[in-house]
Formats: sequence, structure tokens, C-alpha cells
Amino acid sequence: MSIEVRQINKRFGDFVALDDINLDIQTGELLALLGPSGCGKTTLLRIIAGLETPDRGSILFHGEDATDTHVRERQVGFVFQHYALFRHMTVFENVAFGLRVRPKHTRPTDAAIKQKVHTLLELVQLDWLADRYPAQLSGGQRQRIALARALAVEPRVLLLDEPFGALDTKVRKELRRWLRRLHDEMHITSVFVTHDQEEALEVADRVVVMNKGRIEQTGTPEQVYDQPATPFVYQFLGDVNLFHSRVHEGWAEVGGTRFAAPEAGDKAVIYVRPHEIDIQRIATDKALAGVITHVRLLGATVRLEVNVAAGDPVEVELTRERYTEGRWSVGEAVWLSPREARVYAG
Amino acid sequence: MQTWIDLFHLAWPFLLKGAGYTLAFALAAMVLGLALGFVVALLRVAQVPVLAQVATFYVSAMRGTPLLVQIFVIYYGLPSVGIEFSPATAGVLALTLNVAAYLSESMRGAIAGVSRDQWHAGYSLGLTWWQTMRHVVAPQALRLAVPSLSNSLISLIKDTSLVSVITVTELMLATKEVIAQTFQPLPLYLAAAALYWAMSAAFEWVQRQVEARLEWRR
Repeated sequence: MSIEVRQINKRFGDFVALDDINLDIQTGELLALLGPSGCGKTTLLRIIAGLETPDRGSILFHGEDATDTHVRERQVGFVFQHYALFRHMTVFENVAFGLRVRPKHTRPTDAAIKQKVHTLLELVQLDWLADRYPAQLSGGQRQRIALARALAVEPRVLLLDEPFGALDTKVRKELRRWLRRLHDEMHITSVFVTHDQEEALEVADRVVVMNKGRIEQTGTPEQVYDQPATPFVYQFLGDVNLFHSRVHEGWAEVGGTRFAAPEAGDKAVIYVRPHEIDIQRIATDKALAGVITHVRLLGATVRLEVNVAAGDPVEVELTRERYTEGRWSVGEAVWLSPREARVYAG
Repeated sequence: MQTWIDLFHLAWPFLLKGAGYTLAFALAAMVLGLALGFVVALLRVAQVPVLAQVATFYVSAMRGTPLLVQIFVIYYGLPSVGIEFSPATAGVLALTLNVAAYLSESMRGAIAGVSRDQWHAGYSLGLTWWQTMRHVVAPQALRLAVPSLSNSLISLIKDTSLVSVITVTELMLATKEVIAQTFQPLPLYLAAAALYWAMSAAFEWVQRQVEARLEWRR
């Protein structure tokens, strides 16, 4: 089912949480709302769910206005950051509950409920935990049960609020891949909120990058990563070095390397990712002179921090092999030249 | 020593009968008070217009005035406007109204102590307000409320002694009557105290059983 978000505005006192949000979510897609905390992503999700009411604007489900429809009639499955399992019920009862409380004429038979619950528990690979209580499960297991519970009532839309936010890194990575596979099997329109760019880029069909109550960019993971529409998107989707430059005849420069600058203004800000910088020991007039001040080993990659004459220290990322070959060490004089850059009017 | 044994031998039937009344009063007020307290708590949690304000006023009035005054108003005061109760009815009524106010506050606090997410999880599964309250929030709130509810209920057992002032022969008045005949206040009052204590201890035992049953496994 498709969802349309039309001119949604929401304030909390003086704080503008959402400022004129428009968004189309296609049937069957898995969409990520990505942004820093306080950007309005969770508020938007809760408004789509009906857990929060917008000050202005409307939400359309499959073309029908659902703005004034109560949560329980919207048929949305909601997965909470802290699971919100019913802790006085077993895992089985948690998943069965949404069906058990239905009015008689729409309630499946006990046998049908039992079968459905076991099918769902198998889907989330936790059938063997049916008789446990939520408190006896790990965080990752709880979140999978929460998902099974949400799916039991056959929602038209699945909404997930930082679903993996409370889990440790390893479990997070496992679960997000699992969510992706699950979505490929079920094809239910899903929206999930995250502040983790890696998670959004890895899992989602499309990513909506939000900042300060507005949408900065909407696109596929490749689009937002390779063609960031704004400096914010560029910075948020990965580490970045900033260089300031004057613009001469349409060119901005870093060290001696020139990059095409936008028309407007005579100043520019140049963004370069740490892995897009070449490092060498030979001085050239097209490179930026500096001294290595820190070496940080990050597993497969290595980060060098280089102090340059003007501006902030520059981060350079090398693969482990290139680092070992080069035998770079703290205190060495080096010359840097960016291979790629993105230039915004500053 | 021998005189004390004789004394208790004589007083025992009267004290036991009094204790029986005390227990009956406490249990009646407990059951009615829990029911009324739950309704009052619901009215306030659901913010039912007008009724919620009435409930707030009621709780404040009951908690802000002495139980003894409430008993006097109901038994001696109300007849002047044509409402008359037997001593037993007036006693149960006063105790119920009083304890319900305290119980409702415990329940309201416990309901508020259940996370908003639990409500939202209920709604998103298609439950109504009442279904969510009944199946999701209330069971969890009850677990949170048991220690504080038990406090009020144990107080209630002891508060029944106040209805002795309206000629109800519960444990306290029964004790006084035996003392009036035997002139032995110390052993008899101590015996009464022991009986109150025994009833409270029995209730504490019940509380522990209830807590153990409600305990969700960890």
C-alpha cells in the first residue's frame, strides 16, 4: 500500500519538529528516514502511524485520507525502539494477542491462531521460545518477537522506530540483514527510522535524509551517497574534510588542485572524503604540505591525521595494505592531494 | 500467671467474636474499596469530563479529613438530613469510602507507571482504550501497585478499631467491654493488639503469595 505525506507541519511549543514535509512512499518499498536526533524523523513516523497528530497537512493511505483515523483503525504494524512487548504474557501470547482480542465475527479459530503464531515464530526463527517470557529473551530476540507480533494482525504498512537502536553492533548488523531478507519475502510497505547512515544505506530501497524538520534529499542509497544534494547530506553520510577556498574564474582549489566551483559567490567550501585523498612523500606544487600527528588503526582501514598550515587537521584513510607498504609514521612530513571533491558555495 | 490464664479463658470467646467482626469489616471494605478505588482511578486516568473532577475532589476530601470525623458525619450527621444507617452499614461505608481514596491513588500512580509504548502497542494491534487497559495496562499496573495497595489494606485492618465509637462490637469494643467487667486493662489490650497483629501478619502472607503469582519471570 502506498503512503502519501502532504504538507505535514508539527510544532512542540516553539520547536518546529516538522516543517512542510512532502513524501511519497511506494507500495512494497522499504524506506529509511535518516537523520540526527531531533531532526523530526521519529515524529514523522509517529504521525504516519497515527500516534501523533500533525498541526497541518494530511496523510493518505492508498490515496485515502487517513489523517483523522485512529491508530487502531489504520492497520499499521509498529515496532518500538524498546520493543514494548507485553511482559506479563509469554512470547506465544504476545504474538497471538492482536488476533485473540478481535471481536468474535472477525476472530480466527483457536487452531488457526495457533498455526499463524507458529508460522510467524518460524519466520523470525524463534519458534523454540514460544513459552518463554519477554524478560527471559535477549534484546535481538525481543525485537524479532515484536516484529512477529506486529505482523500477526496483517498490517497494511510496517513502521519501525529505530528498531535496532538498543542493540549492540554485532546483533544490529545481523538483524538488519535479516530485516532486508524478510522484506524481500513479504513485500509489505515499510518505513524505518534510523540515525545510522550505514544501516540506512545497507537496508533501504530509498533513503530520506532529514535535518531540522526538513527533508534534505530523497533517493536510492547510491544517489544520496554519490550525489548528495546538500552539504548536510554529504557530511551526514560519511566522514569528511572541509577546505575553504576563494573562487577564481569558476575554480576553487585545495593545495594546488583545482575543482569547478558553483556560480554563486566568491567563496567556496570543498568537501573531501578521507579515502579520496592521495598521500605522498614527494613535494609538488599541486599538493598540500602537512605533518602526520596520529595514526589510528581501524581494522581493515587506517586513519592518518595530518596537520596542515591552514585550517583543521585533515583525515586520510588508507587500506591496511597501502598503509603497510608506505610505512607511514607519526612526525613525518607528507603532501596531500584530493582525487575527488564536492564544492558548495560558502 | 494463673490469673492471666483464667482471664484469657474467660475473655477468649468475646475477643474472638470481636476479631471476627473486625475481619468481616476489613474484608467488606477491602472488596468494596478496591472496586470503588479502581473506578475512581479509571475516571481520573481517562479524564472523563466532570466525573474526573468529582473524583479528584472526592480523593482530596477523603485524604484530607480524619477517618473518625468521616464516621461521625455518616452515622451521627446524615440522619439529620433523613439518611440513616445501621452502625454496621455506616462503619463499612465509612471505611470503604476512606480506603478507596487511598487505593485509587495507588492504582492511578501504577497505571501512570506503565510506559506509553504499552498503550501504543495495544492500539497499533487494533485494541480499544478499554481493551488495552484491561489486558495490557491493568495487569502490569497491578503488579506495580501491590506493595502500596497492601499498605493501605493493612492500615484498613487497624482502622476498623475506629468504628467502635458507633457501638459496633468489633475487636476494640469487645475488649473494652471485657475490661469493664474484669478491670484488667493491660493483658486484655495486649491480647487485642496481638490479634490485630496476627490479622495483619496473615494479610502480609497473602500479599507475598499474590506478589509471587504476579511476578513475571526474569
